[in-house]
Amino acid sequence: MTSRGRRGLFLTGAAGLALLLLWGTAGLPDFGDYQHLYGLTLNAESVAATRATNAVAAVTFDYRGFDTLGEEFILFAAVLGTALLLRAQREEEEEPPEDMAPDRRPPHDSDAVRELCLGLVAPIFLFGVYIVVHGHLSPGGGFQGGVVLATAPLLMYIGGEYRGLRTVTPEAPLELVKGAGTGGYVLIGLSGLWFGTSFLDNALPRGNAGDVISSGTILALNLAVGMAVAGGLVLLLTEFLEQTLVLRSRSRK
Amino acid sequence: MDATAILQAFVLLLVAATATGVILTRDPLAQAITVSFFGLLLAIAFLAFQAPDVALSAIAVGAVALPLMILLALAKIRGGAE
Repeated sequence: MTSRGRRGLFLTGAAGLALLLLWGTAGLPDFGDYQHLYGLTLNAESVAATRATNAVAAVTFDYRGFDTLGEEFILFAAVLGTALLLRAQREEEEEPPEDMAPDRRPPHDSDAVRELCLGLVAPIFLFGVYIVVHGHLSPGGGFQGGVVLATAPLLMYIGGEYRGLRTVTPEAPLELVKGAGTGGYVLIGLSGLWFGTSFLDNALPRGNAGDVISSGTILALNLAVGMAVAGGLVLLLTEFLEQTLVLRSRSRK
Repeated sequence: MDATAILQAFVLLLVAATATGVILTRDPLAQAITVSFFGLLLAIAFLAFQAPDVALSAIAVGAVALPLMILLALAKIRGGAE
């Protein structure tokens, strides 16, 4: 196809897409004027029904708990696939990565960065736990809290504590945490079959809305997702960082 | 127009501007930085639209995890090529 033809095809397509977008946008409800039955019902009923004051958590872990299970498996498969790909590559090389510039030492880590990062590790970890545990009460939850948790070991890496990082995040327990989180979600779902009527039925005692221990399986599922996300993300990062770690720790000696 | 609507329009314009900036950045390494900035602004936009749950996810994924993955992948590719 000539470049003139290609441009013509693009312009026709772009004009058609713009028309369709304008047409679709014109049919949207007015900005800020929400009238959908599903959302209005949830707003009116969900706190009394699920005892979770965060309606978003009530939807993702109770009404639509099965969708979240699917999302969790997507994450599981993604981390597994990445780890598999990177590991195969490492075996192919067979020899550990070589320091290409042995005469040049990595720049000295700044003391300020080091102290700040290491000082932040504990507060960030606590904050992550807080976000996971309060997922059913306030914005946040297992996914968001899990990512915050995963940044704690990352801060150690930025702070330059490579050896500390390896002792804090050995691979086997990480895999255990990730597997326990993903499997735990399914087990909690099965508890619905045991105590209630169907898979992921929220059949545990729900307690009072607003308490930390309340809303039945929503809290439990948040904990499971938090474990799976934190474990999975740290695993992913260590897979990527592995080679850099080997190099840096060697040149530090 | 009330204050909230002005704020929302302002943030949306900023998001559109940074998104264009990300596309116009040609160097992948620099793009990791601009995409992180874009993720942060997107999170602020979600906050302005009263969706704090989504904002938290956007900060975690858009401003931290995604740029980090790009940086690490670049480091791995370039480390192998040199």
